[in-house]
This record gives sequence, structure tokens and C-alpha cells, in this order.
Amino acid sequence: MIISIASGKGGTGKTTVAANLAASLNQPVTVLDCDVEEPNLHLFLHPEIQSREKVIAPVPEIDLDRCTFCKKCMDICRFNAIAVTANTVVTFPELCHSCGGCTVICPENAVTEKERILGTVETGTVPLPDMNFGQGLLDIGQVMVPPVIRQVKSHRAPDQGITLIDAPPGTSCPVIAAMKDTDFVVLVTEPTPFGLNDLKLAVETVRLMNIPHGLIINRAGIGDDAVYAYAKEKNLPVLMEIPYDKAIAQAYSKGDLIIAQQEDYKEKFQTLYKKICLLADSEKCAP
Amino acid sequence: MKELVILSGKGGTGKTSLTAAFAGLKSSLMLCDADVDAADLHLIMAPDVQETHDFVGGNEAVIAPDRCTGCGTCLELCRFDAIDENQGEYTVDALNCEGCGVCVDMCPESAIDFPRKTCGQWFVSHTRFGPMVHARLGIAEENSGRLVALVREQAKKRARDAHIDLILTDGPPGIGCPVIASIGQASAILIVAEPTVSGIHDMKRVGELAAHFKIPAMVCINKFDLNLDQTRAIETIAREKNILVAGKIPFDPAFTKAMIQIQTLLEYDDTCPAAKAVRNIWETVMTHPAMKLERLM
Ligand code: SF4
Ligand code: SF4
Repeated sequence: MIISIASGKGGTGKTTVAANLAASLNQPVTVLDCDVEEPNLHLFLHPEIQSREKVIAPVPEIDLDRCTFCKKCMDICRFNAIAVTANTVVTFPELCHSCGGCTVICPENAVTEKERILGTVETGTVPLPDMNFGQGLLDIGQVMVPPVIRQVKSHRAPDQGITLIDAPPGTSCPVIAAMKDTDFVVLVTEPTPFGLNDLKLAVETVRLMNIPHGLIINRAGIGDDAVYAYAKEKNLPVLMEIPYDKAIAQAYSKGDLIIAQQEDYKEKFQTLYKKICLLADSEKCAP
Repeated sequence: MKELVILSGKGGTGKTSLTAAFAGLKSSLMLCDADVDAADLHLIMAPDVQETHDFVGGNEAVIAPDRCTGCGTCLELCRFDAIDENQGEYTVDALNCEGCGVCVDMCPESAIDFPRKTCGQWFVSHTRFGPMVHARLGIAEENSGRLVALVREQAKKRARDAHIDLILTDGPPGIGCPVIASIGQASAILIVAEPTVSGIHDMKRVGELAAHFKIPAMVCINKFDLNLDQTRAIETIAREKNILVAGKIPFDPAFTKAMIQIQTLLEYDDTCPAAKAVRNIWETVMTHPAMKLERLM
């Protein structure tokens, strides 16, 4: 069972939900922070990182002794990552999408691939029973986010286990990469005009991807009722509400879990998981 | 001409509400919403759209079944897992297609078409605070970085034509391609940080990014009274990293109330403590040396 926690935009409490849900489950769980531009989950779960691996993308390297400057590699490259002049070739690795077209097309076998580092994936365990942890970190100045996310996701729990994915914000390539192949998406929103606007986009995205989904309304009470009306209109099950509560906001500011402060929330998050199981493909649910 | 880009590392820190509140503090400015992925500024600005343009981003591979012989070359070459095969029938999974065109060029039957696709729209609008350039990236589309660059270019061009000397840009979240596209050549960035462990973490990452691209950075702390220890931590980090602390805004429900009324904070309540803090921050930001320099644009 793979559950993604998404929100259309950051700051709605996605990470809070992911961390508290993970810590409430009485089953082995793997939590993966796929918000690789700004991973925050570790601040709440305090994992012990046991291994680190680099995320590597192949980029072209040109052997100028072989190159006849035919420009075929430049022509095939849609990302302007290769410039060929009369007697030299310049590559721009930061623009390269690693499609490999230049290596295939070069008639002289002058293009090989070298490695460029995009970021790091860290894995380890959380000092709570049976919790594995993984996160990706995009290197500063790098732009290729999806490969980093895919590599974090390769660390998901073995078959029967539960994997929780903290997805990045937005509706474009990074969030698609995170939500792809997950069994259920939990959308977290807050009841304000901004929250509603971002939720609508997120709902369009999950519906396009055809993944079962439900809603958590965080900071309930701070805004208006438009989010509830929208949920009703779109047949969007409201799985849980977390009221606006200064104590929760303060716990969050310190990096504490809600369940550490308010014991009854543990049960609420367990109920949340049961609701998810009912809505997702039931075979995926661990007993 | 100068451009101030408001960033936060992550959404939800009040970046857009602050941008909106600033908009009323100068009589002539250009607004630019560079958060093309989940734009929110228009919700407060209620823009009157004057121009709508398509954003033609990349291309997308499409296999023509009548020309395909099922050789499988495309499947073998595609590195993005975008080619599906089902009983000898080959199709492209649009969600995975990166638009690199390798399959298009290498298909021995020339069976793959490569139409340009519209990835979103961008707009030029009137608002009660001045002109605004904004955009909407289509769901599940790529190239947000290019759309951000386009929106900023248009904002500059139109500001120049209208003799407007300040662009206020609401930036995208994160530190990836859209953010990088939103800060190049900016006069300065203002980071909106919250006094939380994650807020500090995010602020450090954007701060590093700004330093990497040599853009002067300032920070303001929103909801500073939520956690005074974390507020002090932000101030210390900012000092170490040579980032000016432009001010602190107290937690104030007026922000959300204003949003619900489709008003800026200052329109909603000009005298609340948050409004006073916002004015002071604006003064400080506008007198920062980086905001006095004309940048060649
Ligand atoms: S691998 Fe693809 S994107 Fe990279 S240089 Fe070659 S053709 Fe261009
Ligand atoms: S390479 Fe061309 S002919 Fe071969 S399977 Fe792909 S589309 Fe069909």
C-alpha cells in the first residue's frame, strides 16, 4: 500500500499529516520525503541516516578526436544542451535531460556519457518501532527534480508494507513523479480562498492520474465554508479535520508531533488509515 | 528599473498575502505572479484580464498506429518509460513523455509525430494597483521554468513601455527550476520565513540559492510571536549569512480575513499590528542599497 500526501501547495500541513500518520500506525511503515527541494519530514521524525547515495544523471561527453562536427547531436537535442561549431563542441550539462539521443545518433561514436550529480538520497530508520525513512535532497542550483524523486521512491517498503510519500507542492512534473504508481492520495488543504484554489488544482491532477483520493481539512475554523461546499460538489470524501489550535501550531514550530502532545490524535490518525483502506483497493491494505 | 522577488522556500508562509499588501504601498508598480504552478495572487488582485496568450511549451510524441510496424525501437530507446506496448500495439504515455524526441528521430518508419503542445496560458491584466502579468500552467505540464521566465520577461517589457520603475514578483515555492527562473537578474529577493523548524530549514535553502546566484537577499519573519526561540534563531542565521532582517510580523487573523474579503491586509485593516509591521518592512526593503541600484534590463 503506497499512500501519497499531497496538497497543491506547501504550508497546508502535508508534512504534519505524513509524520503523525506514520507514527500512529501499529504496523511497519516506510516514510519517504519526496519534497526534494525542501524536505522537512526529517525535522519531525529525527531519522538516523544510515546510508547515502548520489543521484546521478548521464550527460554527454564528446571525444573531439573522433568528432567530425557533423552537428547531428546538436540537431537531435531538443534542450539546447549541445552546441557544435566548425571545430569544437560545447555541452551544457545543466540543460541536459539525459535522454541519450546524442549517444545514439552520433555516427562516429564520439559521444559517451559521464555522470552529473543531481542530489542525494538518504535512508535510515526512525527511533520509533518499525519505521524506515528515506528522503531526497536536490543539490542547490540543480533543476532536474523528477529523477531525484524516482530514486527516493525506489526505497519503498517491500510488498506487504505501508509506504507513505510526502509529495512536493504543485501540479507539474515533480508532484506527478511523486504520486505516480501510488494507491491512494490524501489531499491536505486549509479552508481559505488560497487553500481552495490550490485544492482544485490538486484534485484535477489526481483525477487525471486516476488515483483514489480523499481530503483532510487542516486548520479547520480559520476561514470560510467554501472548501466544504466544494468537497460536497465534487464528491470528495473528507477523511479528517484538524482544527486550528494554537497548541498544535506551537508543537509544529518546535518540530513536535501532534500525537506526542495530544494522545487522542493517535486514534484519529489510525481511523484515518482505516478510512483510506476502505477507499483504496482493499487488497493493498495490510491487515 | 528594479525588481523585488518575494520567496519563501515553501508555500503557506504568507508570501502572496504579503506581496498583495505591498502592492498598495507604491503608487506605480507592475505586479508579476511567477508562481505559475499554483498561482494565488489573482485571488486578491481580481485582475481584469486584457490579454490572454497561449504558452506553447514543448512537443509531445504521438505514435501513428497505421505507420507503426511494431519494431520496438522506440520502447528500447526511451529512457523515460513513456512507451507502452500492449499486444504489439505501441503508444506513448503522455504523463511520462519528456519531449526529447529521440523516438521521433530514430523510428525507422517515421511513425511518430511530434506536435507542439500548449502547456498553459499567460495573461496581462489591469488591477486596482496597476498592471499585472500572470499565468496558469496546465495540469501535469512541464516547463514551468520557461513559463516563469516568459512571465517575468513580459512584466519587464511592459513595465519599461509604461515607464514603471518597480516590478513586484510573487515567486514560486521550492529551489528548483521555477525558482531559479524567477530570481535571475532580480534586484533583490525577500524571503518570508516562519519561526518553525521547517521554516528555518526552507529559508536556509533559498538563502543558499540566492547566494549561489549572487542575488542580494533579505528576510522577514511572519507570525514571529508563534515561537520566539525560533524567531531568534532566524535572526542569528540571517546575521551569519549576511541577510538583512527587514522586519517581523505578528500572528494576525486579519490576513485570513482580508483574503476571504478579497482585500489586501491594508485594505482590510490599515491599523492592525500586522499592517504596521508590513509598512515598516516595505520601508526597510525599499531603502536597501540593492533596491536603489538600477539594474540593466
Ligand atoms: S542526452 Fe538528450 S538532452 Fe542530453 S545532450 Fe544528448 S540529446 Fe541533448
Ligand atoms: S520505433 Fe516506430 S515503428 Fe518501431 S515500434 Fe516505435 S513507433 Fe512503431
